[in-house]
Amino acid sequence: MQLEYFHMIDRIVDLNVDEKKIVVEAQVPMESTIFEGHFPGYPLMPGVLLIESMAQASGFLLLGVLKFERMPILAAVKEAKVRGSVFPGDLMSLEASVVHEGSGYAMTEAKIRVGGKLRANSALTFTLIPFPNSDMRGYMDAVAKRVGFPQQAVSP
Amino acid sequence: MPSTFDTVANIIAETCDIARDTITPDSHAINDLGIDSLDFLDIAFAIDKAFGIKLPLEQWTQEVNDGKATTEQYFVLKNLCARIDELVAAKGASA
Repeated sequence: MQLEYFHMIDRIVDLNVDEKKIVVEAQVPMESTIFEGHFPGYPLMPGVLLIESMAQASGFLLLGVLKFERMPILAAVKEAKVRGSVFPGDLMSLEASVVHEGSGYAMTEAKIRVGGKLRANSALTFTLIPFPNSDMRGYMDAVAKRVGFPQQAVSP
Repeated sequence: MPSTFDTVANIIAETCDIARDTITPDSHAINDLGIDSLDFLDIAFAIDKAFGIKLPLEQWTQEVNDGKATTEQYFVLKNLCARIDELVAAKGASA
C-alpha cells in the first residue's frame, strides 16, 4: 500500500469474472504520514481508507467483469461497518462480489479480514463510465499490471 | 398481483422516503418527485430485481442527451411502467 497515493491494493489473489468475485491483499505499511495524525501514539487505519480499499477491490473486480471497457467510479456507500481496527503492519485480505450489474451502474459487497477476522464490510454502488481519456486508461493499465491483474481472465 | 405502477410506486416511496399517496401515474420522477440520478440508481436496482429485467438507463440517457427522446417518455411513471411492461414481455418472448 501507498496510502498517500491511494494505492490501496497490493496484489490480486484471485479474480473470477464468471462468478463475479475477487480476492485481493493489501499490506498496511508500518509508517505513513497519515498515522502521524491518526493518531499520535495509537496509529490505525482511518475508516474512510478501509472503505476506499473495499471500493478499489470492487473496482478491480468490475474492470475484470467489464473487460476494461468501462471505468467504475464510486457513487454510493451503504451499510459500511468498521467492526474492528486495522493497524500498521496488518495484512488485509479483501473480498468483493458483484451483487447487481445494471445499465451504467453496478453494486458490490466487500469485506476486509485481518488474520481471518472480519474488520469491515460495505455495500457499494458504482457508476460505470467510458474511460474519459487515454491518460486514465493508460494509468489503469499500469495499475492493473502493478497488482498482477490476470489479463487472461478478461481475454476473449 | 399488484400492477406495475403499484410496484414501482411502492419502490419509489420506500427508496426515496416519498409519501406513497403523492406518487401518481402522471408524476415525473425527476421534475415532480425530485429524484436525482443517484437515487434513481437505487430505484432502477429495485425495479431490475422486482421484474427480472435490466432497465436500459444508459440508452435512455443517451437518447435524451441526443434530443431523440424527452425525459417524459421515460421518467413520467405511467410511461416508465409501459417501458417496464415492454421489457418484461420481451423477456418472456425470448425465454
